[in-house]
Amino acid sequence: MDIALTVNGSEVKADVADRTLLVHFLREHLDLTATKVGCDTSSCGACTVLLDGQSVKSCTVLAAQADGRAVTTIEGLANDSGEWHAVQRAFRAEHGLQCGFCTSGMVMAAVGLLSENDSPTEEEVRAGLEGNLCRCTGYHNIVRAVLAASREGQGQ
Amino acid sequence: MIPATFTYKRARSVEDAFDLLAAGGDEAKYLAGGQSLLPLMKLRLAAPEMLVDVGRLDELSYIRDEGNHIAIGALTSHHVLATSHLLASDLPLLAHAAGQVGDPQVRHRGTIGGSLAHADPAADLPAVVLALDATLVARGPGGGREIGVHEFFLGLFETSLQPDELLTEIRVPKPGRAGWSFQKFTKRAIDWAIVGVAVQGGNVALVNMGQTPLRAGAVERALASGSWLPEAAALAADGTSPSDDLNGSSAYRQHLARVLVTRALQEARSRDKSD
Repeated sequence: MDIALTVNGSEVKADVADRTLLVHFLREHLDLTATKVGCDTSSCGACTVLLDGQSVKSCTVLAAQADGRAVTTIEGLANDSGEWHAVQRAFRAEHGLQCGFCTSGMVMAAVGLLSENDSPTEEEVRAGLEGNLCRCTGYHNIVRAVLAASREGQGQ
Repeated sequence: MIPATFTYKRARSVEDAFDLLAAGGDEAKYLAGGQSLLPLMKLRLAAPEMLVDVGRLDELSYIRDEGNHIAIGALTSHHVLATSHLLASDLPLLAHAAGQVGDPQVRHRGTIGGSLAHADPAADLPAVVLALDATLVARGPGGGREIGVHEFFLGLFETSLQPDELLTEIRVPKPGRAGWSFQKFTKRAIDWAIVGVAVQGGNVALVNMGQTPLRAGAVERALASGSWLPEAAALAADGTSPSDDLNGSSAYRQHLARVLVTRALQEARSRDKSD
């Protein structure tokens, strides 16, 4: 079917098979390979992107369901001059990644979380990231990074 | 994993959905948020030939105060339920339980109607609406009808919805200020409940203790007749035959039911404000 959507601020049109999953559309049609396929069973969250600003697991969304909507992947987080998003900077500053496989999904889940709750407690960050698994179990620094990004957003 | 080939159609109105489903024949199925159906299709455990996407029927996404009950559109997402001020004040069991479904990403997409119509006995909300004595509203080409929740769940993934019917609304009587609790036991936050319990006042419903969500009748009768809480909770697994699977044996699930019903009744009692 023909779909037309906004991906990272750009209009995209494509003719895709009806069964195409959003994550495969992003990776294989648009070459946006930062979004990962981890478990492929909507458990691990490595495929998390924003759909109309809300975090979703793109392995469990059809490309057809994103028709007419706005998708943001981690490639679309930096601003026009290339400056990283506060969450990306915080993940680097707080060493919120080890092997890096879960990172794109963790960052997108964190961006989604902070859009709904801009000053979460540590407990709320942990609950807000419960849909994302880190195989290196590097959760402490990830949580620290999200809290640091939240403080930066608060101007602290 | 990629689902088997199917044709995707998007409904533009409820009537359009009926027409599209009818045109699709026996192997057409409604798609709401897709958080239960798409994983089954990726595993090829389900292979509908047509999906009729009702996910954009915004007229079926609402939470309304109707006086003695709350009316909830079937396409209301778990996220909206969990963050609703109306539900937080008048139906806290449902608001809380909706916030425990899956994870934030699943709650953004998944809908209450989709969860109920899918009728997975391991899902949280079927047992919650069973504990709340809800009434479900279905519409089809021939009109609408109300279905009591006690007549809705027939078996594993099986409901009393007719093939041409769409679940459109859930009506939940306001439970007043009686205590409530929702407990579930999972290995990871995102997993389906190995066993879960929803308590509203004297109503006790079980998640994943059989082919459908169940009311723990023996517990309810014992509570009604004034039994001590631990005595009532000890009856939680009476008459159940939960499945044996990788997550737990049948006997383990029965044990968990007794433990979780105890915790749920204690928590509900601590919240009880009805006098």
